[in-house]
Amino acid sequence: MTSVADALAQAHRRDWAQVLATTAQVTRDLDLAEECTQDAYAQAMETWRRDGVPSRPGAWLTRVARNRALDLLRREAAWRRRLPLLVASDPSPGDDRLRLVFTCCHPALSREHQVALTARLVCGLSTAEVARAFLVSEPTMAARLTRAKKKIATARIPYRVPPPEALAERLEPVLEVVHLLFTTGHTAPTGPALTRADLTASAIELARTLHLLMPRSAPVTALLALLLVIDARAAARVGADGRLLLLSDQDRTLWNHDRITEGVSLLTESLRRHPPSRFAVEAAIAAVHAEAPSWEQTDWSEIIGLYAVLLRLTGNSPVVTLNRAVAIGFRDGPAAGLAALQPLTGEPALATYPYLAAARADFLRRLGRVAEAVTAYEEALALTANETERAFLTARLQGLEE
Amino acid sequence: MTKYTLLIYGDPAEWEAMTGEQRAAHDAGHAEFRAAAGDRIIGGQELEPAPTATTLRGTTTSDGPFLETKEALGGFYLLEAADLDEVLALAKLLPEVRAGHSGVEIRPVVDHG
Repeated sequence: MTSVADALAQAHRRDWAQVLATTAQVTRDLDLAEECTQDAYAQAMETWRRDGVPSRPGAWLTRVARNRALDLLRREAAWRRRLPLLVASDPSPGDDRLRLVFTCCHPALSREHQVALTARLVCGLSTAEVARAFLVSEPTMAARLTRAKKKIATARIPYRVPPPEALAERLEPVLEVVHLLFTTGHTAPTGPALTRADLTASAIELARTLHLLMPRSAPVTALLALLLVIDARAAARVGADGRLLLLSDQDRTLWNHDRITEGVSLLTESLRRHPPSRFAVEAAIAAVHAEAPSWEQTDWSEIIGLYAVLLRLTGNSPVVTLNRAVAIGFRDGPAAGLAALQPLTGEPALATYPYLAAARADFLRRLGRVAEAVTAYEEALALTANETERAFLTARLQGLEE
Repeated sequence: MTKYTLLIYGDPAEWEAMTGEQRAAHDAGHAEFRAAAGDRIIGGQELEPAPTATTLRGTTTSDGPFLETKEALGGFYLLEAADLDEVLALAKLLPEVRAGHSGVEIRPVVDHG
């Protein structure tokens, strides 16, 4: 039997956005809807302990939050003068949660506001948690959320799913934000743990919701495929001793093969009728790794070819060039890899990106150029704030100095 | 309903340099915008070029626009609409959105009512 705390944590992850979105339909005010949703979860802790977990926790929470909102609105004599934030939407196809996601990711909001709002309102993370995940102080994040909500209210960003002709353009920031939430959780930018499982889980839930609601959208399907295939390796990325394990050292039996199968089948579906999106190509690369029986049997030529496609789709992104160079290094040897990294020297976009120095360090180490490798490892260490990654780099550095 | 201003910014030299044909296409774009917006338009004017501006700052009166930038305010519309998406859809009709040197800033108007 699951405990009340577990049930609540699960309901938080799965139902927060739905409860908030439905309540927002009543309040037409995101701030007030948020307050009522928080109250409902607080009340759930108490009531569920006393009476047991209801059979449909999401419906219970929605009812409580809505009633709370109606109470507050009735009590507030002047509520009709309240600036109506959320423009009532026509009964459009789709789901309340989807409406909330599209509101948070409206292109009139900056990317940092989109991410903050989605993490807070759709994923239900606390302001402190969002601040920690995105490396800003809590007051800064609180101010950022306030500004974003104020812009939604004063500029009247509507609370609705955009019409079909605008959907493709409006979907892009949504997918970017979900992807960003996932990658932030996949390798936490700071802190002792390699991952933030709450963020990756929220991102996958969001991608699943989008896919349920837009099953025919190829980029949505591709994004879900990508997240599933990458996340399938989560259990194998850190050893029993907490050490970071590279793909080459991971125990492949720990991979979640159901997730891989699901992801690959979604990817196939996404590629069937559509030109590949960026996410589809990234998912294809992840799938080549996931389906290789062993590290030694990885099809590097296939991966290098896919990176070439990705380079075209991303306008020669430096990060993609870096990843492709690493793949070349594995197929053709460290000297070839080092040569492929050469064009990135002095690339301003990678000036604080630790993986460029880490990749150079690895090639130099394998070439026996110890002194240069030491410098490169030290550079990578200076740029990495994740403790698990630091431990890995430090171990490699010590191995060289012995 | 909310009131919005659409502030049209661009490079005055580029506007000056338009050929008669370009000017006609430009005007047609504005006509299309006005037809689509209908009575949601409350007001709007094209402004004389920035060098005709006079700026007051404290007790100093000076020649020229408030901000000395290459891209100057060239005109504005005042619009009433239900939400930002409605304004965005209309503003996309303005020719200044597509010309490389110019763009349109949409600002809600403070409601003192």
